[in-house]
Amino acid sequence: MDYIAEGVLQALSLLLAGDEETWDAIFTTMKLSSLSIAVSLALGIPLGFLLGYAEFPGKRICRAVVDTLLALPTVVVGLLVYAFVSRRGPLGELGLLFTLPGVAIGQVILALPVVVAMTATAVESLDRRLSLTLLTLGAGRSQLALASLLESRYGVLLAAASAYGRIISEVGVSMMIGGNIKWHTRTITTAITLETGKGEFAMGVALGLVLLLVAFLVNGSASLLRRRVRT
Amino acid sequence: MHRRNVAFRFPRFSLLLVLVVGLALVLGGVAAAKAPVLRMATTTSTDNTGLLDYLAPLFQKATGIELQWVAVGTGKAIEFGKNGDVDILFVHDPESEKAFMDGGFGANRRQVMYNDFIFVGPKEDPAKIQGLSAAETLKAIATKGAVFTSRADKSGTHMKELALWKEAGITVPDKEPWYIQVGQGMIQTINIAAERNGYTLTDRGTFIKYEENHKGNPPLVILSEGDKALRNQYSVIAVNPAKWSDARYDLAVKFIDWIVSPETQKVIAEFKLSGKQLFFPNAGE
Repeated sequence: MDYIAEGVLQALSLLLAGDEETWDAIFTTMKLSSLSIAVSLALGIPLGFLLGYAEFPGKRICRAVVDTLLALPTVVVGLLVYAFVSRRGPLGELGLLFTLPGVAIGQVILALPVVVAMTATAVESLDRRLSLTLLTLGAGRSQLALASLLESRYGVLLAAASAYGRIISEVGVSMMIGGNIKWHTRTITTAITLETGKGEFAMGVALGLVLLLVAFLVNGSASLLRRRVRT
Repeated sequence: MHRRNVAFRFPRFSLLLVLVVGLALVLGGVAAAKAPVLRMATTTSTDNTGLLDYLAPLFQKATGIELQWVAVGTGKAIEFGKNGDVDILFVHDPESEKAFMDGGFGANRRQVMYNDFIFVGPKEDPAKIQGLSAAETLKAIATKGAVFTSRADKSGTHMKELALWKEAGITVPDKEPWYIQVGQGMIQTINIAAERNGYTLTDRGTFIKYEENHKGNPPLVILSEGDKALRNQYSVIAVNPAKWSDARYDLAVKFIDWIVSPETQKVIAEFKLSGKQLFFPNAGE
């Protein structure tokens, strides 16, 4: 039990004393999660919007597939990506294994279904009267689509926050593809795994708190952004 | 008015995203253009004990080469070597190392250092293994049906355990309720043994680290040690450039020459935790 209290104290001392390894893991995590979330949103919002907004044959199957992908285990994604980026794999020439862009590929695969599914749901659950009203006001098709996207923006922000949560907390892909290399691909979650492996439980708890703090700051700034969007 | 305002702010948000991504790529690019990098796959024991953290800066000082390592079980490390994902292996399972060499995947295999495996268990020692040989220890545990935790992860330690069962003439007690296959790292396996008041086989280095974590009063103690069969040999192997032309063989050879040199061997002997020597260099043998 003691290691929980010990961990809280240690978390504070790591952050305040500017422990180089901890800060490096924080920066790596921020760099990696920014890259992954940016790509996930850039791909996921249009896809999700299309899935929720447009009518096309096979839409329900698409929905079911996306919803199923929400359950992808991180280690399986790690294995799949490894098969591609290993030197023996089809993308081996690019040298992506044990690099952050390599990890980002896996994290995008994890986060994309979250963004797509939640964006689609947000667009689908818009008030039907919105489009009717807009049509009677003489809106064109592109105006109608744009207005629907804007109206579902809170749902999209929630999708982004959830996807970010999945990205920043995953360890399977980061471990398998990143390799937990000190000063390079060691993120907060892989560092926690390492410390736990060493039996340094207090240090593991400390890093867990650091991760929560980082997530809080990111979500805090997102909600500030949301307040500004609302005005 | 309301809506126009929103439409006006959305592009800013995407601009922010673009900036973040750009920054990430630039930072990544800067980090990539530095000292030559040697990539190693190694076992958890060299990493968890802090040995590589201790050696890597010395290696960089001596040669200007940056050592990056991934610490995994020996089985996975060898898989990384076969797939050409790393340049060098630093592992401890002579059997699979030989298979790796016979398959033509490795070049320039050299032994570096050793320590030994030990049986640890509760102080009360319910199966009475204190002072027994390795084979007798396993027989006593099996006869008594005492809890035994196994790594069960194809690590060097696990492979050693399997070999010891074979030498003791006992089939691996795969389905026995007292034989717990945890599939985790060494420290976790020791922890589970401690929680279940059972025995396990561990390398001495990791156990010293475990003792240190418990500030010298660990729930498990060393009960059986010293049998010749319990030797734990570590070796380095360069990935064969004939198999993988882009493996950095020249850097790997520099590392091998460095780690078997008398100076580095002395430095390895000086590496201590809680005043105890963890690894015994034997490149000269």
